[in-house]
Amino acid sequence: MISVKQLTKKYARNLAVDHISFEVQKGQIVGFLGPNGAGKTTTMRMLTCFLPPTSGGATVAGFDVLEQPLEVKRRIGYLPETPPLYPEMETGEYLTFVGRLKGLSGAELKKRVDYVCERCAVADVRNKLLGRLSKGYRQRVGLAQAIIHNPDVLVLDEPTAGLDPKQINETRDLIKGLAGDHTIILSTHILPEVEQTCEQVVIISKGKLVATDSVTNLQNRARGAESLLVEVGSRDGAVDSTIVVKRLQQIPGVSRAQLKTTHGDRNVYEVESQKGFVRGELARAVVQAGWDLNELRPAAVSLEEIFLQLTKAEAPVEATSRGAE
Amino acid sequence: MRNIWIIWRKELRSYFVSPIAYLLLTMFALIFGWMFWNMLAAFVVYGMESQMRGQPMPMNINEEVIRPLLSNIGVIGMFFVPMITMRLFAEEKRSGTIELLTTSPIRDMEVILGKWLAAVTLYFSMLFFTALNFLFLFKYGNPDWKPLLVCYLGLLLQAAALLALGTFISTLTKNQIIAAAATFGLCLMLWLLSWTSSYETSTWAQVLSYGSIVTHFESFARGVIDTKDAIFYLTLIFLGLFFTARSMESLRWRS
Repeated sequence: MISVKQLTKKYARNLAVDHISFEVQKGQIVGFLGPNGAGKTTTMRMLTCFLPPTSGGATVAGFDVLEQPLEVKRRIGYLPETPPLYPEMETGEYLTFVGRLKGLSGAELKKRVDYVCERCAVADVRNKLLGRLSKGYRQRVGLAQAIIHNPDVLVLDEPTAGLDPKQINETRDLIKGLAGDHTIILSTHILPEVEQTCEQVVIISKGKLVATDSVTNLQNRARGAESLLVEVGSRDGAVDSTIVVKRLQQIPGVSRAQLKTTHGDRNVYEVESQKGFVRGELARAVVQAGWDLNELRPAAVSLEEIFLQLTKAEAPVEATSRGAE
Repeated sequence: MRNIWIIWRKELRSYFVSPIAYLLLTMFALIFGWMFWNMLAAFVVYGMESQMRGQPMPMNINEEVIRPLLSNIGVIGMFFVPMITMRLFAEEKRSGTIELLTTSPIRDMEVILGKWLAAVTLYFSMLFFTALNFLFLFKYGNPDWKPLLVCYLGLLLQAAALLALGTFISTLTKNQIIAAAATFGLCLMLWLLSWTSSYETSTWAQVLSYGSIVTHFESFARGVIDTKDAIFYLTLIFLGLFFTARSMESLRWRS
């Protein structure tokens, strides 16, 4: 549905987007992830024909963003970082205006306005001035205007920025509900958001593509071996951690064990093992040694860690390239 | 066409839901009424005096009231142009709604024409209400209506040209005050360019004077449609809108 090839955007001095390539299949939700200033907004603006690329190109629904911008714009719905609302307009009136801009008219326009009002839960503020709406409503009206012409592709720039936790959840659910009918690209710097809403993730850092994969694959990739967190304690005070580590390492299948955190008497150890179940062995070993097994859980690797790993790995490359200039 | 109409409607609406349109209409009507009343009173007093002297001079309401009045209004109108155009693009740029317009399936030129035509329409309605004053003249006298109409056409053309330039300036900044100040300065300069001709007769002075927007109004004020002057205004309109289009395009390359 979306195909980006060697997309590059150069501003006067800095390279905002540096030869990015990725593909998005129909009906997918793709998380566009990166720290602030990584080039997410710039990339989205190029996809929506707001900015022309310096070099490289992209096609949306088979149309080139440079050659056939009008065709692309017809098939894309875009929610910029700040929803583009006219404060002096009422919600319904605004949606009608946007619908007309996107080429709708007559009975169909009316039907679509009713539909998006319902879908985005803004029907109750239909006759209110946009300037008076709360942040959550403004965001939802922004979403409503993005889907008014039932576009193939939705581009959402930080759709949950500045919302309270309840609104964030509502917005996420709404976006998830929109997938299937639409192909969605959503940018964010909040990692759990990607884990919760997206199937595919594209990570960029400093304008460069760092990784693109499915969320589960990425988690597996970073995890490699299974890793467990074990909390070991004892009734008679703290257990010497070196003894525990030594004992844990003796368990067959364990490749590495180390002390991770200490809270008073409670020590948490991280145990890595090759694929296979070592939890039973582990529990038995701890109990047989006379210690208390307070907790035993798999250490889920969050995207956050993957993200930090990936963007950290990129840093030295960046440094050398800068040094070479 | 349809897209131009959509934008035109939206712009006009935002003029008329805010106090802007009403404020401009009221101020313009007040100033016009005041000038009209004073000039007419002077005309009547002068006419009575000349009759009392026993040797009535031939007097012409077109020449002595309508023409100077509308020439003055042409200049006063320049003060209103920045207030009309300053928000056209500057406001959209500041609030980010420009992103909606430029990512919708609509051409830049359609946006520009829609906005400019809305500005011209507002100015037209300002002129329309002033025209009501002349109904009195037609009731109590017999002015020639054709030169009056030509005068109004000239006013509208002059304003349309300035509004096009104002629209261009509005694309250059996010700040409405800056847009207004720059447009105001430009309007004044275009007016004052003609001053060179009062003491110099060199080619340069003539060229500068030709560039002045008011010198081209004189023929209209006399009630004559001079093609040369009409073309001057049309050229300015074209240039203004052309620069606006270029500027809007460059927004994308620069921003």
